Amino acid sequence: MQRISMSRVEGLPIIVVFVALIGCFIVAAPEVFLSLPIYFSFLTTVPPVLVLALGLTFVIAAGEIDLSFPSVIAFSGYLLAMLYRDHDMIWLAVLAAIAGGALIGLINGLIVAYIGVPSIITTLATQFFWGGITTVISGGTSYSLRTVDETSMWVVFVGKIGDFPAQALWAAGLAVLLWFIMNRHRFGEHVLFIGDNANVARVVGVNVARERVKLFTLMGTLAGFAAILLTLENRNFFNTQGQGYLLIALASVFIGGTSIFGGQATIVGTFFGAFIISMIEAGLTATGIQGFWVRAVVGLVFLAAVIFHLTMEQPQRRAKLARVFGIKPGK
Amino acid sequence: MGKRTYEYIVRMERIRMAYGNVIALNDVSLTVGRDEIVGLIGDNGAGKSTLIKIMTGVVRPTGGELYIRDERIDLSHYSVRQAHNRRIETVYQEKSLGEKQPLWRNFFVGRQITNRFGFIDIKKQKAITNDVLKNQIGFRGAGVDADSPVQKLSGGERQGIAIGRAMYFDADLVVLDEPTVALAIKEVQKVLDFVRSIKQRGRACVYIEHNLAHVHELADRLVILDRGEISKIFHKGEVTLTELTRFLLDLQNDNAEVAV
Repeated sequence: MQRISMSRVEGLPIIVVFVALIGCFIVAAPEVFLSLPIYFSFLTTVPPVLVLALGLTFVIAAGEIDLSFPSVIAFSGYLLAMLYRDHDMIWLAVLAAIAGGALIGLINGLIVAYIGVPSIITTLATQFFWGGITTVISGGTSYSLRTVDETSMWVVFVGKIGDFPAQALWAAGLAVLLWFIMNRHRFGEHVLFIGDNANVARVVGVNVARERVKLFTLMGTLAGFAAILLTLENRNFFNTQGQGYLLIALASVFIGGTSIFGGQATIVGTFFGAFIISMIEAGLTATGIQGFWVRAVVGLVFLAAVIFHLTMEQPQRRAKLARVFGIKPGK
Repeated sequence: MGKRTYEYIVRMERIRMAYGNVIALNDVSLTVGRDEIVGLIGDNGAGKSTLIKIMTGVVRPTGGELYIRDERIDLSHYSVRQAHNRRIETVYQEKSLGEKQPLWRNFFVGRQITNRFGFIDIKKQKAITNDVLKNQIGFRGAGVDADSPVQKLSGGERQGIAIGRAMYFDADLVVLDEPTVALAIKEVQKVLDFVRSIKQRGRACVYIEHNLAHVHELADRLVILDRGEISKIFHKGEVTLTELTRFLLDLQNDNAEVAV
């Protein structure tokens, strides 16, 4: 009775791209991509990106943006490293890192929802603010956490089960939970309606301001969690440790197919998007392309993905693009 | 709830709304009877939209009193959700449906059927939506079902969905904000039929409309707003369409002279 069409499988195009990409890399660098270590390496490096991208999927679905998370990674990472090294705290340090992220997110949300500053401006400013604060209070130095792998928190968050990294389980668990929140929970529905049209959301009885505050708090909390995974995995804190994540976390969401206009989101797409972007980085390096080219390629892939999804979403844009390039749409 | 023992579904007294120095509504008092269609007429900026937004809990007035079924409402806690609980539903011009969302989400957003953790009972919501589509709104085999996104529907169908939603939630008052704007003639007829059906069910309706012919035909009472005040009230039959048009033109000309 139920019609099952290809378009109803969430994120199908991106899964196809993912599989094709693995195929390409196997052909280009078989000695690397036909053995397991590279995949375990992905499972250690992708989780922080994925956790950030999951949060960003909600933010972008609501028609907002968050640029402050790199500084949350620095700030929460600092709290964790400092409380562990200087005060021998373990679980309180974890709690503080998450609470720090949640607080930054809460402040972002309050400014956006109740003062009405657009999120791109708010979070650009708070990125600088919290980045600056972190540098000041950490004295600009890095914290080496060489003995942290002897602690229970290290084992719980980034330990190995056989060769399998624990952070991959955390990220996968969060992905499943957030899929249900986005697609099955009242909050996810409110986020989608706010992104679709905030005025509609308001007149149908959604408390738009309150949901926006929750949204940014969720993003901050997840960024705090990503900071824990990253800092523990590196056994090191340095105050610019979040800076590399801005582009790749956003790219994961857009490559996955979440609309830049809000109102539509795919957690499955984001999941594969995060792997694709990390694989491109690692894969290009493995195939012998020089490191500084990798960023350029990632930027290009990001832009191409956005343009692709844009034209798929809006036929009139497709027609306009065709006109610009002098291609006559079929009569 | 007792079966309509009240006289007025809504009574607004000396409602005042100021945005800084700009006074949008100046001591407006308005009643809506229990099965009455009240047509609100007035130029852009006359205060019609503000008035109904106050009535439906979207905005909070600067002053005045609101009674629903003769019961005084605490305006500092009045919200869209409260209006829904008191069975007041709004159909905004092109603005009450999320375009990219499927109908089953649009039907229940703001009052989803959930478990206690807030997770939505999708199966139930879809079943009810399909039932209303088929049996109440009359979308039979038109390729429209609970999974269709709103953007696939025509303008008239969208208004039909929004009105159907109001009826499903058993509204005693349906507020319609320019429901026929930008619709094809055939679609307009559908919407007007919906409005008539509201009255036939013994429910009330506040109807904002620019098209004087439509509102003159449907409304039991015509309330003319002008620069934040009620300038005239006509009952059905007291005025012909031509006279009504004349009255509004004169009003506009007066305003133009004041402006000069």
